Amino acid sequence: MHMNDSQEINAPVEQVWAAILDAEILKQCVPGCTEMAGNAEDGFDATVVQKVGPVKATFKGHVSLSDMNAPNSLHLSGEGKGGAAGFAKGGADVSLSATENGGTLLEYTVEAKVGGKLAQLGSRIVDGFAKKMADQFFTNFKTAIEGPSEEGETDGEDSGEKKGWFKRIVS
Amino acid sequence: MPKDHGIGASPKRREDVRFLTGAGNYTDDINVQGQAYVHFLRSDVAHGKINNIDTAAAAAMPGVVRIFTGADFEGVGGIPCGWQVTDKHGEPMKEPAHPVLAQGKARHVGDPIAAVVADSLEEARNAAEAIELDIEELPAVVDMKAALEGGATKVHDDLDDNLCYDWQFGSPADETDAVFANAAHVTTLELINNRLVANPMEPRVAVGDYSRANDESKLYTTSQNPHVIRLLMGAFVLGIPEHKLTVIAPDVGGGFGTKIFHYAEEAFCTFAAKACNRPVKWTSTRSEAFMSDAHGRDHVSKIELALDADNNFIGLRTDTYANMGAYLSTFASSVPTWLHGTLMAGNYKTPNVTVNVKAVFTNTVPVDAYRGAGRPEATYQLERVIDKAAREVGVDPIALRRQNFITQFPYATPVAVEYDTGDYEATMAKMEELMDLPGFAARRAASEANGKLRGFGVNCFIEACGIAPSNLVGQLGARAGLYDAATVRVNATGSISVMVGAHSHGQGHETVFPQVVAEMLGIDESMVDIVHGDTSKIPFGMGTYGSRSLAVCGSAMVRATEKIINKAKKIAAHLLEASEGDIELKDGQFSIAGTDKSVAWGDVTLAAYVPHNYPLEDIEPGLEETAFYDPANFTYPAGAYACEVEVDPDTGKVTVEKFVSADDFGNVVNPMIVEGQVHGGIAQGIGQALLENCAYDENGQLLSASYMDYAMPRADDLPHMENYTVDHSCQTPCTHNPLGVKGCGEAGAIGSPPTIVNAVIDALQSGGHNVEHIDMPVSPSRVWEAMQG
Repeated sequence: MHMNDSQEINAPVEQVWAAILDAEILKQCVPGCTEMAGNAEDGFDATVVQKVGPVKATFKGHVSLSDMNAPNSLHLSGEGKGGAAGFAKGGADVSLSATENGGTLLEYTVEAKVGGKLAQLGSRIVDGFAKKMADQFFTNFKTAIEGPSEEGETDGEDSGEKKGWFKRIVS
Repeated sequence: MPKDHGIGASPKRREDVRFLTGAGNYTDDINVQGQAYVHFLRSDVAHGKINNIDTAAAAAMPGVVRIFTGADFEGVGGIPCGWQVTDKHGEPMKEPAHPVLAQGKARHVGDPIAAVVADSLEEARNAAEAIELDIEELPAVVDMKAALEGGATKVHDDLDDNLCYDWQFGSPADETDAVFANAAHVTTLELINNRLVANPMEPRVAVGDYSRANDESKLYTTSQNPHVIRLLMGAFVLGIPEHKLTVIAPDVGGGFGTKIFHYAEEAFCTFAAKACNRPVKWTSTRSEAFMSDAHGRDHVSKIELALDADNNFIGLRTDTYANMGAYLSTFASSVPTWLHGTLMAGNYKTPNVTVNVKAVFTNTVPVDAYRGAGRPEATYQLERVIDKAAREVGVDPIALRRQNFITQFPYATPVAVEYDTGDYEATMAKMEELMDLPGFAARRAASEANGKLRGFGVNCFIEACGIAPSNLVGQLGARAGLYDAATVRVNATGSISVMVGAHSHGQGHETVFPQVVAEMLGIDESMVDIVHGDTSKIPFGMGTYGSRSLAVCGSAMVRATEKIINKAKKIAAHLLEASEGDIELKDGQFSIAGTDKSVAWGDVTLAAYVPHNYPLEDIEPGLEETAFYDPANFTYPAGAYACEVEVDPDTGKVTVEKFVSADDFGNVVNPMIVEGQVHGGIAQGIGQALLENCAYDENGQLLSASYMDYAMPRADDLPHMENYTVDHSCQTPCTHNPLGVKGCGEAGAIGSPPTIVNAVIDALQSGGHNVEHIDMPVSPSRVWEAMQG
């Protein structure tokens, strides 16, 4: 499936570019990511726990970056294997451009496909799921760069910073 | 008055006592002491190069007995195909290797790559997750026409391309072309016969067992034909001679064709039981069934019908692409050819019929016989194009069919078969009577008043059943004989066990076969049982498919029973001190003709086993006879079907309001069971026409692999019983088998899909929509889209 969308981020292009290459930021942004290691040159190894319709699985995968044109554009590609659940793979073209007010317009097109049980059981819901994943990722990414907003700070009593951060995203 | 016993009676199905009370003994109910469980690691890519399979970590997991990969099956035979088709150039079909576990490449989603045998199923599954599989996804071919284009990805690297065979059959093509060149009218239709998944209620199961003490292997399996499995697996895959291999198919919960074939899982469990010296059990999940049971149909066809100025059919030309999937399943090659091309004449005297079929390999699950097998595809094309022709030339579709009916029998078609008997006018007239055609206009008006469109659809069909004369099918490429066998064992006190080669997996043989024997002997049906499904107990048998059980195995049983009667008469003659020629058997009594002297059935059977007063110098003690029966011809059930549908123009939803089948099955042994068979067949046909579709995406991912995405027909998709009439009162008995029976198992699934689609098109036309065709399943979205032009 194909998707495209954009996000306006309140930070300069160079800062957004650096964030894309940062394993820790990516870990915060990929929904369900429990592990993320690596760097921009060698790519990132990631573990993601997700539930797609009736299929819940731990996906282990590798994300590599290519066609890097700092700080303007790059291509991400990756494949995650979920064991008995099947696999998901895809790529994204990301481009950054400066906006009039000093921020960054992040535009992306994503192509993704699934296989195995994910395709067999979830074909009707997988498009919506992939769109939700992409939206969440780039929303998280925006938040990670811009910093937490005010109302999120008030809601962290039982969990510390990270849980409050996630909770705000899903609400 | 209907009979209450014997041939023509409808006793309740005796097997239902156990089926309806949960007391059946299915393969999954069989647990062998010490058994291990296998879980198959299956490919989740449609086409992939297997670079490496690292099983070290998985093998160390708790409970793992052994992990097998393709390498363990080098030197073991592949899964064989049972029918060699010769193409139009005289060359044999392409027959690629079909390993038990993938070797080098995986070729469809679901192709088994590795198998974990463990103490428990859970441990097997967990260990399979720990197998490190390095598989490189390759481009997949899914669309048949794309698969035949130059440069297409090859499913099998060792073949030149993806073409299994290019077959041509019937009248010489140039003669048919000449007829078309001079035709007054030619109607052309392109259509798809949608890919289906059989979905028997019981998924497949296999339990392999091995005895080191006597080097004997045993396989319990969900099969329609245990002897065929023993033959194929023993001789071609594992090299086990028949006397060291027993195949048992106990109660089987539906087959519909998909349990005919020899599957890799059967060979695996038998092989692994010996390799591990431990029984090995596999139970398919429903998900696995979707991606490992052979699928059905999947033809893409172009059909052309030529008519003269008087609307006589003068020529028929077809061009079909038939999907084989990634490997050749057991009878895959025969379905689009000898079970399809030979039926292309239908019920009509079209003098020139030329059939072209290209069989194509794709990265999908293998495709093979499914209820009707080739004959539904033939009927669908023919009856859809006739309907379109009727509209184009402006004649009534019933009248056009009637005008072209074959009326003289026997009739040799241009596609090689000879119909022995039939009366297509009789079934058409019966259908018309039952449909209440004069009332249609009022029913249509009532529907329209409700905002619905009502359509009428008609269809005629013929099928070739009672498969099949061995010498004929041998010439056509079958690698087996298609006779059947029965042993009638009369016990000392007169009860009877009949060992039959047919296998009952829902058909009701346990009720019907005793009706025949009891009628012949004049004894009570309760004295007769059949034994089936166990190669160690029955003489031989080619199994149950192609509506053949009663026509072929039943005939063997009749022949064996005749031998019993002949011998029993000799015994009776001795006991009565009479001449054998004067002995008559009636109502279980042997009497001297014209006298009141008689001996009872039980006296004769006892004498056979306690031969104190017995003609030992002439005949042996005991009373047991076996017969093999090889049919002289196919049987040709035929019928006329019709239905009325309503289409909701707002949603495109089709509902079947009324359905009538008027079948000619020849003689009928148990009318209730025949009606049940037709009801079920029509339900499956309505499923194909309105609901069922097996879908792949362009990468070869199977999308419809659960009941969330694969729509099975339910009770409320069928007409109410008062509008759902199955009739079999038109009977032209088969001329060449002793019972005069033709077979009824597939008719409903053959006759109903075109009936439904013809009615939907009629409904849309009545609403002013110029729609000529909608491919099945005729789903609401497809109908609605067609209505939008």
